[in-house]
Amino acid sequence: MSDAGNAEHGHDHPKHELSHYAKRIYAIRDLLIEKGVITEKDIQCQIEYQEARSPANGANLVARAWGDAAFKGRLIADPKSACAEMGIDATAINEFVVLENTESVRHMVVCTLCSCYPRPILGRPPDWYKSFNYRQRAVVDPRSVMREFGLNLSDDVEVRVHDSTADIRYLILPLRPKGTENWSEADLAKLVTRDSMIGVMDPLDAIPE
Amino acid sequence: MNSATQFKPGDRVTVKFQDCPGHLRTPWYIRGKSGWIEQVHGEFRNPESLAFGHDGLPKKTLYLVAFNQSDVWGRTAAPKDKLLVDIYEHWLESSAQEREEVSHE
Amino acid sequence: MARGHHDIGGLPGAGPIDQSEHTLSDWEILADAVNQALGARGVKRTDEMRRAREEMDSAAYRDMTYYERWIASIEAILIEKKILTKEEIDRKLSQFESKWGEP
Repeated sequence: MSDAGNAEHGHDHPKHELSHYAKRIYAIRDLLIEKGVITEKDIQCQIEYQEARSPANGANLVARAWGDAAFKGRLIADPKSACAEMGIDATAINEFVVLENTESVRHMVVCTLCSCYPRPILGRPPDWYKSFNYRQRAVVDPRSVMREFGLNLSDDVEVRVHDSTADIRYLILPLRPKGTENWSEADLAKLVTRDSMIGVMDPLDAIPE
Repeated sequence: MNSATQFKPGDRVTVKFQDCPGHLRTPWYIRGKSGWIEQVHGEFRNPESLAFGHDGLPKKTLYLVAFNQSDVWGRTAAPKDKLLVDIYEHWLESSAQEREEVSHE
Repeated sequence: MARGHHDIGGLPGAGPIDQSEHTLSDWEILADAVNQALGARGVKRTDEMRRAREEMDSAAYRDMTYYERWIASIEAILIEKKILTKEEIDRKLSQFESKWGEP
């Protein structure tokens, strides 16, 4: 029977040391393949699909939107089509909404009930997004969460927290940093952090401190 | 807009304060709270039924509902701050709250 | 009726956000891939998996890691749908464990 071997990347542990459920996935995987429910190729394809998804996709969308007002309009009006323009496959998202930050409004996204996240765009969510502490605090005290990520906002700024409870997946379009006029898309993309597309922080500053 | 849709943007709504067994996607903290319809997302298969292997039909209308943070938590939050939740039509009812303007009934 | 153990928005007592990240282990990557593969084949829906996690023992829900919860719900749904049985998973795992052994 096949061992973990060639199928996985990532971090190896001696298998006898794994926890109860960690071990069981190997048995479940083999049984599902033996019974023809899924194939080894299915698993390999999913691993590769997931590896190809990362915050770089989102950063590229944002960078283009910052530099091209017409593209920004299309991104907000029909995010899946705008993704397709850039060769990003967002078809796995049922409904995709882009929320634009401004000087007077900041958005933040959480899934209090589980961990819904725009995986086809950004890849896997960070551990903190899935944590109980974030899920508990984001809806009731978003500003304290933002402070932990280095973002301090005055009360003049409206904070809008979205609890992603259904099939809508949200991506924040962060505010373009000052001092980036005439920057290339590639340089702009470097300022767009994953966490700024979740909304807990603003993008990086153009000029390092 | 679908004429069968019960609510439209701007309508004041209250989330039903109810509970039932099964898989629910209306968070506990928002039940019984009042806000307004921000947007109509459209029709989706009902997750409460999908969760048990059924087909989720008939589809239900899903709304983006906005709330003042201060109305949800009953304490002073930054006054402009909002909380927005995607909620299905069968969890919403017209709010008994009236707007600040005078209403004639 | 009571609030589900997963329904935690606004609950008090939460601490600071731990921003550290870990590289996924092989078994976590596998859990993720098996979950997605089952979905792609139409064997199960995400809604069923969420429901299975909500039905878990509440203490286990809090104690298990994210991907352990996924594996527990994958197993629960496969058994519910009579695709696998707990006994055959146990048997297969015993075969593995005798192979893995101790170094």
